[in-house]
Amino acid sequence: MTGQIELGLLVAQVQKSFGSHKALKGVDLEVRKGEFFTLLGPSGCGKTTLLRIIAGLELPDSGHVFLGGKDITRLPAAKRQVNTVFQSYALFPHLNIFENVAFGLKARQVSLPEVRKRVAEKLEMLGLDGLEKRYPHQLSGGQKQRVALARALVNEPDILLLDEPMSALDAHLRAQVQEDLRRLQRTIGQTFILVTHDQDEAMVVSDRLAVMKDGLVEQVGAPRDVYSKPRNKFVAEFLGAANIIQARRDGGRVVTDFGSFDLSSAPQWDEGTLAIRPEHIQLSDAPNGDPNWVQAKVREAIYRGQSLDLWLDPGPVRVRTHAKGRLAPGDQVSLFFPPEDLVALDKAE
Amino acid sequence: MNKKRPIVAVVAIASLIFLYIPSVAVAVFSVNNAKYGLTWKGFTWKWYEMLFQNEIILEAALNSLFVALVSTAVATLLGTALALGLDRFPWPRRLGKVMDLLVHLPVVTPDIILAAALVVTFSVLRNISSSFDMGMLTLVLGHITFQISFVTLVVRSRLASLGRDIDEAARDLYASGTYLFFRVTLPLLMPGILAGAMLAFTLSLDDFIISFFTHGPDSVTLPIYIYSSVRRGISPEIHALSTLVMLATVILVIVAERVSRFRKE
Repeated sequence: MTGQIELGLLVAQVQKSFGSHKALKGVDLEVRKGEFFTLLGPSGCGKTTLLRIIAGLELPDSGHVFLGGKDITRLPAAKRQVNTVFQSYALFPHLNIFENVAFGLKARQVSLPEVRKRVAEKLEMLGLDGLEKRYPHQLSGGQKQRVALARALVNEPDILLLDEPMSALDAHLRAQVQEDLRRLQRTIGQTFILVTHDQDEAMVVSDRLAVMKDGLVEQVGAPRDVYSKPRNKFVAEFLGAANIIQARRDGGRVVTDFGSFDLSSAPQWDEGTLAIRPEHIQLSDAPNGDPNWVQAKVREAIYRGQSLDLWLDPGPVRVRTHAKGRLAPGDQVSLFFPPEDLVALDKAE
Repeated sequence: MNKKRPIVAVVAIASLIFLYIPSVAVAVFSVNNAKYGLTWKGFTWKWYEMLFQNEIILEAALNSLFVALVSTAVATLLGTALALGLDRFPWPRRLGKVMDLLVHLPVVTPDIILAAALVVTFSVLRNISSSFDMGMLTLVLGHITFQISFVTLVVRSRLASLGRDIDEAARDLYASGTYLFFRVTLPLLMPGILAGAMLAFTLSLDDFIISFFTHGPDSVTLPIYIYSSVRRGISPEIHALSTLVMLATVILVIVAERVSRFRKE
């Protein structure tokens, strides 16, 4: 470690409109070299547009994109050291797997022995050796996805872009492929930028992620930080189940319908909302008198296999606890809200 | 399943018979050993032999082939370029729709209207150059005008089925414009281009109306020859000729069908 951050990708004040629709409203973003970064958001949030601008397939209306310190905003896709795995994979149907993977090298007139060597390397790395002579329509979905990966990675891009690459895979294969992708990125150490709407996927693969909404970045950080310290209601709810609780400030504590709580960091508002993850609320039948202990009644208990969800009265608050617990509606429970897990949310703009 | 409704099957077969009786009749009379009349006098190839000794007919056949080949080559080139231009250039939405309509229009315009329009156009152009006197050039130009739309429609449907991802992937993989075109777009479009060309070739070979209005004494095609002979009385030679033209057309259509299905996944 030199202590110096190597120059990665910098997106500065990028705006893009399609007709009257503003897809990106001034996005700033920094992606460090060698990290797995995810653009996460619901459909229509602008994440794919941003990816296409980074790829050079779309020009921003204003703003800049820098790669390794150079302004590449107006550089066409064919001249950027950036390669993409498309959502549809976009393999060339008339070329066999070898020719598909070799395409980028041949387009730049790399010598044939070199092409053969590098293609063979990547095919082996992704477990595709032996399929060189096959055509894309003869492959399974998982194999196609790996060919798309090999075809991009063989060019040793500064950044690999992945546009929802799992969406065409079935659910049980997807979990496996997510872990493989994370391992692959750690092994080769190249910068990956993934676009997805699936928060589980983003959690599994990313070093850092940006949550996007309506053409703006809402929050950037490591998955653990963004999950446990969401900045606002949108981020809290998009990243998983969250209890959103109305509260007001009273001296050093916040007061809710539930009782009053200590927070590890004081809110910026006098009246606003708190968020806490259902699994962060601790359950015990012996209150120990700490300030953040409250009493509540179970209104509904939902068995989910790996956990037990309790809806409480007063509510609506959900607690996620061990599935072994046997609680029924009407039971009285004592709950502990850890001060560090109770997050004061920003006011909605 | 349809046993309870044999009438449906009967009607279907009757329709097919109705559809093919004239063609089959012509084919049968082309091997009938009788100069006149409609009674069966035994099998013979002699009308075909006579056909291949008739120099006027052979010249007309050569003319037809020449016109079809040249006009198809030009129309395929222009039609493909038009399809690419319509599909890949970012036209304003409304203008794009108008251009689409303009491409479709010639397909549904009656041939006789197009023929009359060509006659007018050529008579104007004749004031500029005598090469627009009715002859081989005007005939070929006439064929090209009605072929282009068909080629464009076939190639466009192929382009639409390819989608834009493939092009973007190629550009993302460092392909220059020409590399992209020759290595990706053209090979992928080829089945569509070939199918369009086959269709254009067939249309040219079969065309009568436009040829009739735009040909000159040096460019009599087979359909025109057949028409003028029929007016003098139908001879078994014409039956033989018609049968051959029919067969050629059927073969071309089948090949075009096969080619367009080729590699469509």
